[in-house]
Amino acid sequence: MNIWDWEFAWRIMPLLLDAVVITVYATVLGFAFAAVFGLVLALMRRSHRPWISLPTVAFVEFVRSTPLLVQIYFLYFVLPEFGVLMPAIVAGILGLGLHFSTYCSEVYRAGLDGVPRGQWEAAVSLNMSRYRTYRDIVIPQAIPPVVPALGNYLVGMIKETPLLSSIAVVEVMQQAKIIGSETFRYIEPITLVGAFFLVVSLVAMMGIRRTEAWLRQKVLGSH
Amino acid sequence: MLKTIENSAAVTQAADQNQSTPPMVRFDKVTKRFGDLVVLNALDLDVAPNERVAIIGPSGSGKSTLLRLLMTLETPNEGVIYVEGEPLNMMPRNGKLVPADERHIRRVRQRIGMVFQHFHLFPHMSALGNVIEAPIHVLGLSRQEAVTRGEELLEMVGLVDKRDQRPSQLSGGQQQRVAIARSLAMRPDIMLFDEVTSALDPELVGEVLSTIRRIGEEHNITMLIVTHEMGFAKEFADRVCFFDEGKICEQGPAKELLTNPQNPRTQRFLQAVLG
Repeated sequence: MNIWDWEFAWRIMPLLLDAVVITVYATVLGFAFAAVFGLVLALMRRSHRPWISLPTVAFVEFVRSTPLLVQIYFLYFVLPEFGVLMPAIVAGILGLGLHFSTYCSEVYRAGLDGVPRGQWEAAVSLNMSRYRTYRDIVIPQAIPPVVPALGNYLVGMIKETPLLSSIAVVEVMQQAKIIGSETFRYIEPITLVGAFFLVVSLVAMMGIRRTEAWLRQKVLGSH
Repeated sequence: MLKTIENSAAVTQAADQNQSTPPMVRFDKVTKRFGDLVVLNALDLDVAPNERVAIIGPSGSGKSTLLRLLMTLETPNEGVIYVEGEPLNMMPRNGKLVPADERHIRRVRQRIGMVFQHFHLFPHMSALGNVIEAPIHVLGLSRQEAVTRGEELLEMVGLVDKRDQRPSQLSGGQQQRVAIARSLAMRPDIMLFDEVTSALDPELVGEVLSTIRRIGEEHNITMLIVTHEMGFAKEFADRVCFFDEGKICEQGPAKELLTNPQNPRTQRFLQAVLG
């Protein structure tokens, strides 16, 4: 007996739920940043001006080939040496956002490449500017097909948030570790953390499916 | 052969009537290569204001490339294209012609519109949305003005009742008529038609051709029409240019060239097409 203590599990639940809020908060803000900045990166990468596109390629490749943990440490422990100080949660969100923006930019790139050339040609024949063509013609058609791929990265990001515990953000994993070290019981907190991530990921995936269906309906007007 | 010379003389004469005004379109020794392939070979072509020129010829003869160069979808390797005397792919700087920048191209290009073989409507917008997009954001019309004009044009192409439909809900012929309305909404002086009926089912060709005829009746627009519809070319165009291997092989008044071609290559082509 006593492998699983229900009473203990209930007792730590409020603490863990408070920490889940931090996890969700970091994910939502981090992903919002990644989704927007990723699109900016994808557009910069497609620029005809090499002084814009080349540094973008370098940045994307660099960030994608270095570990998120190193990047988070860099933001939180190294930048202060240069006078750039930020709270742990901000460094964490920024780290998640920057890291995943590079993956999102590759997803957007595929979406932008998938818009037929004829759409660009039609826009030229109407004398539309590049900016207007991207804004009104290309981007609205590029995004709906890539929503599922973006969703995979959202779920991926949710699962990377425990890395924030390394800079002492009290997200759900950090909270579980604290409980464990204080009570010497790890079964309940760690199991519950797993269960929370499962629920949050499933909810996110459902949200993505709905968004995709809604966007398809809105953009393509299909019945 | 003599006849051909007479024909082109007649054409030049027509252009010379407005000697003070330059041709609406001029190709001056324009060459376009794709890799080693020469698609247009030092092409010269003048089109008078309001003239309707049909361009015919075998595939790969450079017909579509001609239109795509004029629409600035391609850039010539050599030569200059003029729109009413103003260079399009080049611009004057310090008394010399240098490759045009985006701003110059956009200003001159404003006068040209194009209709494509595969329509290229914007699938995420309604028929009306397609027609008002550029007038609002390029010409700077108010939404209300653009809608009024857009509805008039949809009326003209017979599709005002389809104004809220998406392209995917329209037939090919209807889509192409929306595309024509979209192009007209920019009030171009020059319209380019690139095989606009080639992707259509045979029974839908007629509605598109009669729409083009109607534009010819109601608007003063210079038209360059790449087509395989010889009957339409004969009755609608002022002049027909037969392209072969990147050059104008023969040209002349539509009826004469199509009924009595002089060049053996034109004869062979027309025989093959008309059967």
